Amino acid sequence: MKPKSVAVVGAAETTKMGKIPDVSVLGLHADAALNAMKDAGLKPSDIDGVATAGVSPVELAQYLGITPTYADGTSVGGCSFMLHVRHAAAAINAGLAKTILITHGESGRSRVGAGGFGRNASSLMGQFEMPYGVTSPPTMFTIPVLRYMKTYGVTEEDLAMVAVVQREWAARNPRASFKDPITVDDVLNSPMIAWPFRMLMCCLVTDGGGALIVTSADRAKDFPNKPVYVLGTGESVETPMVSQMEDFNSSKAFRVSGKKAFDEAGIKHADVDHLMIYDAFAHLPLYGLEDLGFCKPGEAKDFVRERNTAIGGKLPMNTNGGGLSYMHSGMYGMYALMESVRQMRGTAAAQVEGAKISVCQGVGGMFAAAGTVIFGNEA
Amino acid sequence: MARMLPEPTPETRHFWEGCKDGELRLQRCTECTHSYFPPRPFCPKCGSRDVEVYAASGKGFLYSYVINHRPRPDMGTEPHSIAVVELDEGPRLMTNIVGCPQTPEALQLDMKVQVKFEKQTDDISLPLFEPAKG
Repeated sequence: MKPKSVAVVGAAETTKMGKIPDVSVLGLHADAALNAMKDAGLKPSDIDGVATAGVSPVELAQYLGITPTYADGTSVGGCSFMLHVRHAAAAINAGLAKTILITHGESGRSRVGAGGFGRNASSLMGQFEMPYGVTSPPTMFTIPVLRYMKTYGVTEEDLAMVAVVQREWAARNPRASFKDPITVDDVLNSPMIAWPFRMLMCCLVTDGGGALIVTSADRAKDFPNKPVYVLGTGESVETPMVSQMEDFNSSKAFRVSGKKAFDEAGIKHADVDHLMIYDAFAHLPLYGLEDLGFCKPGEAKDFVRERNTAIGGKLPMNTNGGGLSYMHSGMYGMYALMESVRQMRGTAAAQVEGAKISVCQGVGGMFAAAGTVIFGNEA
Repeated sequence: MARMLPEPTPETRHFWEGCKDGELRLQRCTECTHSYFPPRPFCPKCGSRDVEVYAASGKGFLYSYVINHRPRPDMGTEPHSIAVVELDEGPRLMTNIVGCPQTPEALQLDMKVQVKFEKQTDDISLPLFEPAKG
């Protein structure tokens, strides 16, 4: 993709966030989509491309009254939306569509119109992981972490510090689910979920959604809000089974996706003003900082402890409070993208003054997939 | 509540038959000698279809784990390990460490472990691991 050839011209979350027992999954997609169209000054008839995960792009298009010439149903977990942005950029450059709507909605907490959790005992995961008692992300995403901790001398306190710093950011966000300050001791005294993970090291489970509208850069200036340009993108996938990750100290999908995005954007790490790393659990920002090259292997714990990612630090990270404190519906990637866009527009609740480049890193499944989008606000 | 069990497919049946017979069966490529898991009828390293099934030693070491304090209903009520073992032959697999307290003190990374097959039904035995003896 040519840097700055496409831009985000519409972006909005659902009207409500957190606990929304009166809206179904499809309804959350639609609410976010309508808010994003309003933000961009567009109607459904102006949209000619759709992308979504969780529900089918067919359901979405029909529900919103859109007749697309481009549909992307890529569904690789929480980073699907990063991949949608990437594919949309390619599609717009190739002339497949002009104005692409990307939506997310999930009734993670209330489970309204959400269907059940399927399990297939003959899948590889069903045969070689499920029999040992894995339940949900807290017992899968966490599996590599004791190895990582031993390799680099990472402590429980280091994991706790990630949650503490993010809560400080969340305190500045009126829409964040959890805003009260917490200490390392609070985290280490919270209920044990799956050793070494305590409750406050695990993400929230909430309801919500978000939507983005992407178009070509040459049209982007005609919209009501400041365009946010896509500088570079990356994606990769590794394994559906966390036990089969090549390296428990590092995510191959993160490394491949991140490098691709940085190469495409033609930027250096020192150019980055703002960073989002999908934090379903407290270890993810540590892996992300290292796998994206912001820190050397094993040094992310010190980087966080020394408050480089905190308010006033040199690399503000997860400034909405993240999946640990802001919200987490299940596929959090859309909210990370939303915060990057707000920071680039200059409208974030905890705005990083003068930020020009934002890196947004998503994860899908349990280190199964990764997507990276690098945004900038200068044409 | 009956434990959630695997449903073998044609590509994995040799593995589960092996567990029933008390043998941990891996596969290796006859062209590049790569040993791998989970089962599939070709080598994930070089793509060759010339692969063979062999009996692994059943020995390895504890690579990583969690202790699940909120067990799935079919796994009982006590906290239990969900672990990854690295086999002497190279591949890693998910399992439970049994035959020792389910505590961080008893479950030391890198400790040697050996396979212990636990019969679940006439068709399925699970390859669990216990601390190596001697």
